[in-house]
Amino acid sequence: MANHYYSEEDLGKFSSIGTFQKPLADKFFAWYGEVFAEGQLSAREKSLIALAVAHAVQCPYCIDAYSADAFEKGWNEAQLMEAVHVASAIKGGAALVHGVQMMNKVKAIAM
Amino acid sequence: MKSLKANAHLLADSQQQLSILENGTDTNMYALVPFQQKLEESGLYPLLPLTPSVFQVNVGKMCNQVCRHCHVDAGPDRKEIMTRQTMEQCLQVLAQQPGYTIVDITGGAPEMNPDFRWFVEQVRLLNRHVIVRCNLTIIVSNKKYFDLPVFFREHVVEVVSSLPFYQKDRTDRQRGDGVFDDSIKALQMLNGVGYGLEESPLRLNLVYNPAGAFLPPGQAALEQEFRTALYKDFGISFHSLYAITNLPISRFLDYLLESGNYEKYMQKLVNAYNPAAAANVMCRTTLSVSWNGYLHDCDFNQMLDLRCAVPQHHIADYDHSAMLNRSIVVNQHCYGCTAGAGSSCGGAVV
Ligand code: SF4
Ligand code: SF4
Repeated sequence: MANHYYSEEDLGKFSSIGTFQKPLADKFFAWYGEVFAEGQLSAREKSLIALAVAHAVQCPYCIDAYSADAFEKGWNEAQLMEAVHVASAIKGGAALVHGVQMMNKVKAIAM
Repeated sequence: MKSLKANAHLLADSQQQLSILENGTDTNMYALVPFQQKLEESGLYPLLPLTPSVFQVNVGKMCNQVCRHCHVDAGPDRKEIMTRQTMEQCLQVLAQQPGYTIVDITGGAPEMNPDFRWFVEQVRLLNRHVIVRCNLTIIVSNKKYFDLPVFFREHVVEVVSSLPFYQKDRTDRQRGDGVFDDSIKALQMLNGVGYGLEESPLRLNLVYNPAGAFLPPGQAALEQEFRTALYKDFGISFHSLYAITNLPISRFLDYLLESGNYEKYMQKLVNAYNPAAAANVMCRTTLSVSWNGYLHDCDFNQMLDLRCAVPQHHIADYDHSAMLNRSIVVNQHCYGCTAGAGSSCGGAVV
């Protein structure tokens, strides 16, 4: 076994996740496929959303997959980076907005 | 930028290319399944021709561009062009073989061959549908080509034109600075004489191919994006978009090796092997004649000097029954035609 947690080749093995509990994996992949198909949003738009979310959840596999996929679907470098900034801004904002909770708490207990 | 040949690059030699395709590189991470084995598993080996209908003629390697991905290794420094004598031999075969209903003229920039217009006229006299693979920029490159759109219209030529993307940056990265702007001008000229308009019989189709080591996205969605963007930004109309996969040959092979993408790209092609696409590869209905008159199963095999498996290899000795009974010559580059929705000179095949 590799002596590190993340390995590039493991991304290619994702489809074999059904080796354990195949019915659940089958359901996941069927749902996943449908989610990313052309719909009210285009597959191209969905790819960019996926890239942003991949950064927010900090999944190296998803970042790898959706950096390539979004570029292949025609988004350019500047657009990809703007999407990453959107994800980062939401993550940063999500942390910062909790500062209100902090202030509420402190105000409640401070003399 | 010069051609690999002008740079005396190792990959200018087709044997070197075949050796890499068959044996990988020193740093090969993956042992690739031979294409032949995949075809066997799909019940398609040996790969046999169907009824031939497309007579593709490569009239020369000369081109006004030097695109980074070019599988022909074309450029202004390439002087190999088809002579009128070889064109006459092609015409003789066409006259005898009415089954070749489509004559697909490619290059290089085919319009740079001094006998190009004569050849188109002769083929039209034989009442065949003519496709010209036009790189667009040739139309605006010199005033002697400004009237090409009118010439195409007079002979009802179908124009198939490369436009790697509907945005400047990605197009110029692949095809050279200024190519996008010139291509847009040329497309507007073609639209101006009636090409590509919705009800027009003057067919104008665009070709997308990836500007990098990746596969084309879905053709239908991409076509819609091209249509919307080109019309909105430049008022340009076209009929169909063909999404074509880059095959690991010549300058694209060089790019893959130089950028360290070769193994991964090949693996990607192998993983995306689609038996339905394999059953529809274009070589099953195409004959490809090189500038010097030799017979090949497709333009890619032509660039690898893989001639048709028939006793007589030259158009002057064309033997139709031998062609019908041949097996198509395949190698690892063929994975480029069978990945995903497949790829051919007419785009996806499934
Ligand atoms: S890809 Fe086409 S336009 Fe570009 S160099 Fe090759 S033949 Fe010329
Ligand atoms: S590369 Fe040529 S011979 Fe190979 S599958 Fe494609 S069209 Fe056929």
